[in-house]
Amino acid sequence: MSARVRRRGAVNIVVLSLSVAMALTGLAFLALIGWTLVSRGLAAINLDLFTLETPPPGSRGGLANAIVGSAMMTGLAMLIATPIGVLAGTYLAEYGRDSRFGGVARFINDILLSAPSILVGLFVYGFTVLPTQHYSAWAGSIALALIALPVIVRSTQDMIGLVPVPLREAAAALGAPEWRVMVSIVWRSAGSGMLTGVLLAAARISGETAPLLFTALNNQFWSTDLNAPMANLPVVIYRFALSPYDDWQRLAWGGAFLITFAILVLNVLARLVSARSQSKV
Amino acid sequence: MAVLCPMTDETLAAAAEEPRAAPGMTGTLRLYRRQDAVFRAITFLSAALVVVVLAGMIVFLAHGAIPALTAMGPSFFWTSDWDTVEDVYGALAPIAGTLITATIAMAIGIPVSFGIAMFLTEICPSVLRRPIGTAIELLAGIPSVVFGIWGLFYLTPVLQEYIQPALIDYLGPLPVIGMLFQGPPFGIGILDGGIVLAVMVLPYITSITRDVFMTVPPLLRESAYGMGCTTTEVVWKIVIPYCRVGLIGGVMLGLGRALGETMAVTFVVGNTYQISASLLAPGTTISAAIANEFNEAFEEQHLSALIALGLVLFLITFTVLALAKWMLLALDKREGR
Repeated sequence: MSARVRRRGAVNIVVLSLSVAMALTGLAFLALIGWTLVSRGLAAINLDLFTLETPPPGSRGGLANAIVGSAMMTGLAMLIATPIGVLAGTYLAEYGRDSRFGGVARFINDILLSAPSILVGLFVYGFTVLPTQHYSAWAGSIALALIALPVIVRSTQDMIGLVPVPLREAAAALGAPEWRVMVSIVWRSAGSGMLTGVLLAAARISGETAPLLFTALNNQFWSTDLNAPMANLPVVIYRFALSPYDDWQRLAWGGAFLITFAILVLNVLARLVSARSQSKV
Repeated sequence: MAVLCPMTDETLAAAAEEPRAAPGMTGTLRLYRRQDAVFRAITFLSAALVVVVLAGMIVFLAHGAIPALTAMGPSFFWTSDWDTVEDVYGALAPIAGTLITATIAMAIGIPVSFGIAMFLTEICPSVLRRPIGTAIELLAGIPSVVFGIWGLFYLTPVLQEYIQPALIDYLGPLPVIGMLFQGPPFGIGILDGGIVLAVMVLPYITSITRDVFMTVPPLLRESAYGMGCTTTEVVWKIVIPYCRVGLIGGVMLGLGRALGETMAVTFVVGNTYQISASLLAPGTTISAAIANEFNEAFEEQHLSALIALGLVLFLITFTVLALAKWMLLALDKREGR
């Protein structure tokens, strides 16, 4: 018996140390990436980065056009995706809860949630760039919106599901029409949860590269024309990092740091909002 | 969720036709009913858009793939010549590359993320649990292009100088497995792509696995400990069997991500249309091929061949994700959620 206990103890120690070792290796790798990003990124941060356009190799420049382009396209994508996503999420959580269509749409939405983003890019290319014969910031925004959409739908759906039924019944009993119950009662009580979802969706799309390759493309110069190709951070990082020029590579690291930092801020904001909503309930 | 909901059309309709209602009241109710119908229609259309997106994607990919598939026939799937000059397109190399890099990613990513999840739920001092868990979740948000450039500038030189020569020297001469480690150490290649993917899916799978581990009722865990089980036995015999379905679902979500990932792989996979038994050789994946060539594809056949690749990727990921979703749904159902 004691031999068995000893063996079990030994196995336990071996497995636990393996688990700790795995955890340390994994965390070390992730820490390494974080450290690389911060050290290379901070080295590239200066005033030029925010004020000058993307340069030809060998001359002074920054990422101003790409920063503005990314912000514009992400913002526009969120403007498109948020209302549609909230309404669709409302339908799936309320009206279509038990219907066949609702079930299918929920399933499809969950699949779109992790569908390869490059395929979204191809699809948007097919109905925007192909007919108009030119790349445009609109196409890029639509592609990003299609990636943000499922995230917003899903979070809206989950958050609305948490609103207690008696709350709706009380509003309905006061004589409020259905849409008013939804807008003033349900959306309002699920509001901060839905905002969390929107922030997470914004974080998700701000780093997306693949869908922009065939839609917004890139632009060496300053441009705010939505009908023309627009510079954006992810594609600039991709192009510049693969180039053989040191100064372009430095800009790529600077851009990578900026994007990651922005995403981190969005994620932390989302957490703060959701923590506040949980403490309120 | 209760089924009893008083705000259905029927209730309002019944109320509207209630003979005792005041005359002015009926008009208001009719107005409300109309507003509700409009609101409901708008939400329905938004939800329908989600379905339309997927349907549109399928139609675009299938329609765009027709020219290449008719020209190449089924040999598109099992030949590996990709020649844009001769207009010959065989997709075997990118398909194989996608599957192999994803397999490597899973082979490394699953044990490590299970290790971290076990560490977080069973071993780690509770003070550290939250910070480490949060850090991992935040890392899951790092855009894949960052993993790509890290792989290119940091991992690749290390692989080329230290790890690959060691693999060639020690594993190369072995029978069978040796085949996987032949040829010069290029650095970039299928193995490099697989490792970068593994690092990328790591935080993702870890946070799902941890969440799934947490669904085990504390009572079950405590009973096992109470019977004298060691931590290992609790995890292997109680925790993992209890959430088996959820774990497989979570892993498959990670797999879906690894299969469709573009940027993390494109930097380091080598972008060469070749199939080699050796993992050290450069190769390509479906998404890397599309990302590299799509903007330069002007010939109809070439464009169509790339879209056909997209169709293949869609079918593979769709299957994996649908299975994953189905398994996670089964878990939810069992938990009565």
